[in-house]
Amino acid sequence: MGEPGTKEVLSLDELEAVAGLRTGRKHVLSILVENKPGVLTRIAGLFARRGFNIDTLAVGPTDDERISRITLTLDGALHPIDQVTKQLHKLINVLKIRDLEPRETLARELAMFKVSADGASRAEVMQICEIFRGKVVDVTKRSVVIELTGTCDKVDAFEQLVRPFGLIEMARTGEIAIARGRGET
Amino acid sequence: MGHAQAYQEAMNMRAVDALMECLKAEGVDVVFGLPGGANLPTYDAFYDAGIRHILVRHEAGGGHAAEGYAKATGKVGVSLATSGPGATNLITPICDAMMDSVPVVFITGQVRTELLGTDGFQEADMIGISMPVVKHSFMIQDPTEIPRSIHEAFHIARTGRPGPVVVDIPQDLSRADIPYEPVTDVRLPGYQPTTEGNQKQIRIAAKALANARRPIIYAGGGVVSAGAGAELTELAMSDRFPVTCTVMGLGAFPGTHEQWLGMLGMHGTRAANYAMDEADLICAIGARFDDRVTGKLSEFAPRAKFIHIDVDPAEISKNVPAHIPIVGDAKNILPRLTAEYRALAADPGRLEEWWSRIRVWQERHPLRYDDSTDSEIKPQYMVQALYEATGGEAIVVSDVGQHQMWTAQYYHFPQPRRWINSGGLGTMGFGLPAAMGAKVGCPDQTVVCVAGDGSVQMNAQELATCAQEGIAIKVFIMNNGYLGMVRQWQELFWDKRYSQVEMGEWPDFVKLAEAYGATGIRLQDKHTLVDDMKAALAVDGPVLVDVRVTREENTYPMIPAGQPARNMVG
Repeated sequence: MGEPGTKEVLSLDELEAVAGLRTGRKHVLSILVENKPGVLTRIAGLFARRGFNIDTLAVGPTDDERISRITLTLDGALHPIDQVTKQLHKLINVLKIRDLEPRETLARELAMFKVSADGASRAEVMQICEIFRGKVVDVTKRSVVIELTGTCDKVDAFEQLVRPFGLIEMARTGEIAIARGRGET
Repeated sequence: MGHAQAYQEAMNMRAVDALMECLKAEGVDVVFGLPGGANLPTYDAFYDAGIRHILVRHEAGGGHAAEGYAKATGKVGVSLATSGPGATNLITPICDAMMDSVPVVFITGQVRTELLGTDGFQEADMIGISMPVVKHSFMIQDPTEIPRSIHEAFHIARTGRPGPVVVDIPQDLSRADIPYEPVTDVRLPGYQPTTEGNQKQIRIAAKALANARRPIIYAGGGVVSAGAGAELTELAMSDRFPVTCTVMGLGAFPGTHEQWLGMLGMHGTRAANYAMDEADLICAIGARFDDRVTGKLSEFAPRAKFIHIDVDPAEISKNVPAHIPIVGDAKNILPRLTAEYRALAADPGRLEEWWSRIRVWQERHPLRYDDSTDSEIKPQYMVQALYEATGGEAIVVSDVGQHQMWTAQYYHFPQPRRWINSGGLGTMGFGLPAAMGAKVGCPDQTVVCVAGDGSVQMNAQELATCAQEGIAIKVFIMNNGYLGMVRQWQELFWDKRYSQVEMGEWPDFVKLAEAYGATGIRLQDKHTLVDDMKAALAVDGPVLVDVRVTREENTYPMIPAGQPARNMVG
């Protein structure tokens, strides 16, 4: 009667809890939802109600107009991620959830920085921008607006470098992500 | 265009008439509701739809009645209300149905689409307000969506882990003409509950059971919802597994069986709680490790490994990490688990020691109280008398409070769906209307409601509904003139500073019953109580029995909130 992988004798001492664990790392969830009114509210409400903290959230269309993709990141040290995904799955409008493997995922966000840059500091700011492959999209006498794309870590690093020059404003989209290779996310 | 003309065109009808067709196709034989401006078209359709409509006196009464109907019959209950205040009055029943996984479809009227978002008269954002407490909801935006939405609402309410579904229909859309075709399928790509249960996991669970020396089965309301009472009993009797149930699960296992340990949790038996505390393997079935069951979570069942069987994967490892999770319907899983277990031919002798330990607890700590020496009726005795007067065969609906716990303790439910109460939300005012719904669903059975003098007043208006419709529920008020459970906590944990718990002599329940057109009876003599109750049960129509009981009696035993089971008092 044995089935592969099932031991014939089982001691209770050997049993380990299989869920409810905290991973301690950042998780990127890619969630496909029906493109219907109120779906984002349902997700946001679920997170608020259960005390889950969203770090970033990005919503947009997919190749199928009936389906939207929500990419959200959260901290696996604060939440048991399996509980988060299981609660999300209970929402009728949620079609598919993937907890993306960091090594097999391409994640990017778009950020815009408005930085003080007068005569003295402008060259230095532009140089940092170039190193990060950012793009200057607006210039005034006293400031520049820089557009930057990259992983969350890269954007964080850029922010730290330009902050001392005087960061007037910053806007970030939050990461969106897609799996590498042919497989669907 | 008049709707008479619409009928003449084969496929065209008003959306509300299509709604009636959908309800009939779902097998709905009764709905509970109250009309208003925004659902006037729906009520026009009820006029000659041939569906029984029970006119409640308050929407909350209708909502709880639909819950009682669903809990007693296992079918989907239906409750209707108009927009705004009508809809918001349903929030408590909706939340109650969510917490206790009761399949109910709530259909609410909404203001006309042109008024949406303008704070129009009787406008309330019902979808928004109800969102945290529904399994799902449908905001109708096009009248042609109505038939499909109704069928999907029923499908979602009854399948998987059952629950409440709201369908909110703007008034103008409900009266629009639509081409109607019967809907025979549902299209819910994001909703595919797992019901089968993984065979490999089931096999591992069977092996764990065979290796356990101190196992216990901990069954909850999910077993009742799944209709798996008999399957649970089979599993328990495949060896001598001790069984305990949550307050929602009572009746899933016969309350007089020799393997029955009684209810567990805050007011459960010591035998059940101590057995959980010392168990090496806990087999949780359709139960969710509520704080009223676990007490202090970090000290809950410290020696145990857990098998957790539930149709809702999110319940598994939510509060207590599971070692052997099995997602699926108990009705599918339990017979397979029993078969796998039997095939292992485990030695039943290994449980002897465990049972002798349990028997000691049972002998030393039975449920007990000091009976009065005169004619005074102790509340516990009142439940025992009711058990005797009904032969243990009634559907017993309870309200929320001390009387609920005493009924759970002293009425030994022989089978599922005989015990109906608000366990999760703990809604005072649930009992009387839920009993009304249960009686409508099961007209041939005796339906009694055990209520408190506090909670019964929260929906007493439904006595008028019962009188008008001839719904013969027998309500027994355990009248101690207090909000008893709150008084008990103030006595035990707040230095007897009784703050706002005295209800006193009001109202005169006998006169109240008569005013509503029901029969009112007052009982205060222990010696004749059983016979008096039998006489009350024999009266035609709805009866309200005011049973005067000991004023300051405490519900024991008790795990003080936030403490481990070991610290039971009383």
